Amino acid sequence: MRDASGRPGRVALWVTCLVDQLFPQVGEAAVAVLRRAGVEVDVPLAQTCCGQVAFNDGFWPEAARLARKFLNDFGGAEAVVTPSASCATMVREFYPLLLRDDPPAAVRARDLAARTYELTEFLVDVLDAGDLGARFPHRVTCHASCHSLRGLRLRDQPLRLLRAVRGLELRELPGLEECCGFGGMFAVTFAALSGSMLHAKMAAVEASGAEVVTSTDCSCLMHIAGGLSRRGSAVRAVHIAEILAAR
Amino acid sequence: MRSVPIDFVRASEAALADPVLHASVRRAMVRFRDLQRAVIEEVPDWQALREHAHRVKMHTLAHLDRYLEQLDERVTAAGGRVHWARDAGEAQRIIADLVRARGGRAVVKSKSMTSEEIELNTALQAAGCQVVETDLGEYLVQLAGDRPAHLIAPAIHRSTEEIARLLADRLGVPVHDDPAELTRTVRRVLRRTFLSADVGITGVNFAVAETGTLVIVENEGNARLTTTLPRMHIALMGVEKVIPRLADLAVFLTLLPRAATGQRLSSYVSWITGPRRPGEGDGPEELHLVILDNGRSGIAADPVMAEALACIRCGACLDVCPVFERTAGHAYGSVYSGPIGAVITPLLRGLDAAAQLPFASSLCGACGEICPVRIDLPRLLLELRARVMSRGWSGPMERMFVRGWTAVMARASRLRVAGRMARWALRALQGRRVLPYPLSAWVRYRDLPAPPADAFRDRWQKIRSSGGAQP
Ligand code: SF4
Repeated sequence: MRDASGRPGRVALWVTCLVDQLFPQVGEAAVAVLRRAGVEVDVPLAQTCCGQVAFNDGFWPEAARLARKFLNDFGGAEAVVTPSASCATMVREFYPLLLRDDPPAAVRARDLAARTYELTEFLVDVLDAGDLGARFPHRVTCHASCHSLRGLRLRDQPLRLLRAVRGLELRELPGLEECCGFGGMFAVTFAALSGSMLHAKMAAVEASGAEVVTSTDCSCLMHIAGGLSRRGSAVRAVHIAEILAAR
Repeated sequence: MRSVPIDFVRASEAALADPVLHASVRRAMVRFRDLQRAVIEEVPDWQALREHAHRVKMHTLAHLDRYLEQLDERVTAAGGRVHWARDAGEAQRIIADLVRARGGRAVVKSKSMTSEEIELNTALQAAGCQVVETDLGEYLVQLAGDRPAHLIAPAIHRSTEEIARLLADRLGVPVHDDPAELTRTVRRVLRRTFLSADVGITGVNFAVAETGTLVIVENEGNARLTTTLPRMHIALMGVEKVIPRLADLAVFLTLLPRAATGQRLSSYVSWITGPRRPGEGDGPEELHLVILDNGRSGIAADPVMAEALACIRCGACLDVCPVFERTAGHAYGSVYSGPIGAVITPLLRGLDAAAQLPFASSLCGACGEICPVRIDLPRLLLELRARVMSRGWSGPMERMFVRGWTAVMARASRLRVAGRMARWALRALQGRRVLPYPLSAWVRYRDLPAPPADAFRDRWQKIRSSGGAQP
């Protein structure tokens, strides 16, 4: 149901497999933030994985199977919101490509893509949210994931929300447009290259003077956090939903 | 042509072990990126120009036969001769025969990646010719017995100190650390070579079907000398270099220098229509155009991959690529490196020779965003990955992993169980460095995440009924 201004009053939260299984606190934070912004949240429990892992690695038949499942799990939702720019990009940009040999599914995918949003994008572009009452007294730098930057073309949305957080000091991240080196299976298949990119990103994070690095993507953050922990850094990685939910 | 598959993983790790290499490339690339960004931003309709260029190229590729025939006809009418080469061997033979017929011994070359592709120098040397590269970077690479590392900056992987030592070694000049002085030294050597050369060989940036004009874009002026001083000029082009009309050039000549070197204009743009005419003061007596297929018509006929042939070899996708930055190009095992190399090499040489290349990308998308002819490089990489995997060319561990993943994700109930097991395993494995695939590779550079006690889906009932804003 949409309210008078045409805003969806109810959204389906797509937690993503990674958040669901390893970072449930991010899912909880997303729920809290959305509720604070005045929308009701559903979590379709049949949801699993959008297929991005298989798709990016070239296993398209496997990915297409998961994509069709995703369309069934979320097909009826008024709006789908996810705390992952990379997964949102998968549905928005790549489902039509992946499903091109199955025209009815491709049509459904296009239709769903128009209702699928990354969390900060939904908050800012759809709900026009700014101050959500959060308080997070730390120096924070925001890693713009490649998918948020180039897949969804998010520029100011995450920053606008972070700037409204009480006590938060936003630090610019040098080399913002450079990839952190995660890239799914790339981190495994080309581990040394990925590791070298990670090192450059960690150096940039530390050079920013931040205590916390945040992002719209749990996958990049898991990789960066793993690197920071390995090098014994004091910087913590925290998903943007958690910051926006903090009080 | 090599038949051993390109081992990008090995080669990239070797390149990574050389931090000086990475630093040299990084420095050059950052400079390129800054220059490019500045001159691209000042063109208000950049996106529209890219789109236009893309359309012109795709239109040409869809009617390749027609435009190539027209080009052949016009070049011939202007007094040139056109030769068709199906593959590298044929192109080598045609060019070697032309040089021999001219009694040529000394050949100068400028601006031709295509000649690297067909390994022309080796063929000409085998035929008893002396071939000298005349573009600074190419010359240095040739002197070092090396291969070019970048489409437009072939010696990008060499530091100034290395170059100074190389010149001192090979030419017997004193060691200088001033790049300008190094350039002057090379120039002096090359001037003599130009004057004694019998044949000049160049590439072609654009070949205009409408007029039979060959367009060569450069900064050093060597292509101009190569095409005017020797009595014979042989131009070598891939079939995809043809464009329909002179009017189309304006767009490409705006895009190319900005994307390639961050310049508004290139120093020299040569337009060559036929050999020297009676009464003209310079120019070669004979002009030959060799049009090379070498697998290209197959790519042009591939509805998904044809786009790769729209490339104007500006090198911009290399300059923004974090992978190229760290491998310095050579790991791609081909003259075409970086994102476009990862796409075009498997297409030219066959997927089995280069199955790893399409995977050598984190899919960050920077290449697709910069490409002046709007080639969707990340999509092409993905498409090639799908082709590689559909032939069953994955590693067995990888296939097991992805198939297993998909099977688990097919049902939420399975995910619940598998997730619980995975969290339990993650807890048990904390701090360990010797682990099974794919965790083995992960922990080379990263610690494992510490798993939570339960999944979000297990907490949802409670969160839902709490109803409040505070989780
Ligand atoms: S693919 Fe695009 S960016 Fe890369 S070299 Fe070709 S034209 Fe330039």
